Amino acid sequence: MTRITFENASYECKENESVLDCLTTHGVPVPSSCKAGVCQTCLMRALSGRVPPESQKGLKPTLIEQNYFLSCSCIPAEDIEVAFPEAGKGKIPATVAGLEPLNSEIMCVKLNPAGPFEYRAGQYINFFRDDATARSYSLASVSNLDDCIKLHVRKIPDGRVSTWIHECLNPGDTVDISEALGDCFYVPGNPEQGLLLIGTGSGLAPLYGIVRDALLSGHTGPIRLYHGSLTVDGLYLIEELRQLARDYANFTYTPCVSEGEAPGGFSSGIVLDVALKDIPKLSGWRIYLCGNPAMVNAAKKQTFLAGASMRDIYADPFVPAQP
Amino acid sequence: MSGSLYEKIGGEAAVNAAVDIFYRKVLADDRISRFFEGVDMDRQAAKQKAFLTMAFGGPNNYSGEDMRRGHAHLVKQGLNDSHFDAVMENLGATLTELKVPGELIAQAAAIAESTRKDVLGK
Repeated sequence: MTRITFENASYECKENESVLDCLTTHGVPVPSSCKAGVCQTCLMRALSGRVPPESQKGLKPTLIEQNYFLSCSCIPAEDIEVAFPEAGKGKIPATVAGLEPLNSEIMCVKLNPAGPFEYRAGQYINFFRDDATARSYSLASVSNLDDCIKLHVRKIPDGRVSTWIHECLNPGDTVDISEALGDCFYVPGNPEQGLLLIGTGSGLAPLYGIVRDALLSGHTGPIRLYHGSLTVDGLYLIEELRQLARDYANFTYTPCVSEGEAPGGFSSGIVLDVALKDIPKLSGWRIYLCGNPAMVNAAKKQTFLAGASMRDIYADPFVPAQP
Repeated sequence: MSGSLYEKIGGEAAVNAAVDIFYRKVLADDRISRFFEGVDMDRQAAKQKAFLTMAFGGPNNYSGEDMRRGHAHLVKQGLNDSHFDAVMENLGATLTELKVPGELIAQAAAIAESTRKDVLGK
């Protein structure tokens, strides 16, 4: 007999009873649909204890790595503590270690969290201005390469958090952040697979982390990064990425400008169109898409239709906060 | 379970192989693609997988009532027999592409066909 802990309460799980049945029997409302381990409506996450592999069938590798499981097909063999996806957003204090403009509207914010902070490059954190106001920012740093965590914060006109970060934050300040969240990151294994990464604006942040994480992990397949903006002024880290492309033969970087004629060294056109023109067949490729939601959603569909498997498409649309 | 349609067709591995092919056909099919617009693609793919599992005679707990509820908003948008036929066609083409024997395709098609009334809210 095992015990299931959920939000500080503990329930007895009967023999051959699933986590879903145990929780719903005890009045915990867990959404579900097919109850056959397929539709993924009943997705939960194990905070402690191991879940049986059959409860993770069909999940994306990044979800498996974070101990997500399907509660309808999870008959636990040991005591486990479970939570809904993205729950448990505890606050962690962090010290501002530095602020460095990347271009006229994007600032690199360097943070030193108090205590150990586990994350994968490409995940995001919530950055709190106060208890009621927080915004999500992706992690551009790689834990094995960078001393502190780094965010690329674009200044949104009248943005309550981004404007505050740009205008009021100083090195040495203490702020609150959440733990690292999200499933858009590099998973080792299959090192020969082609990686296509497409981002707009500060959507480069997670991609910059993922590219360097993949290279550090010894990825040998082609890694193709496309970064788009209206004009050259909207791009950043151009020299760093060109240098990275010189250092690694399997990595290429294509900066794209969608307005007017592109200067030498830059591609002209919408970033998604440029990428798909270069690589029209994406069967077997792994895809990372970050930034403007319209671009990300269009790219998700276009890359899938071009042959990428749904399981291999990781998308992080930067949806603007609602006022 | 031995000798069941689900086993003969190849079980979960067959569903995994079929889901991308089937979903890609559906999205690229001008007759029905509008019903899939603006929907989260990951959730949509999971639903396609659940549908294929059921059509392959695999484990599922869908009731006719679930089918009605799940498609009611699409019926309001004009979902009718011609669209159901298009999905059936894509299902058959997917299985043919995967070289599933004709008699098994017919069995899977019959299971899918049995949901028609509930899906269309008739």
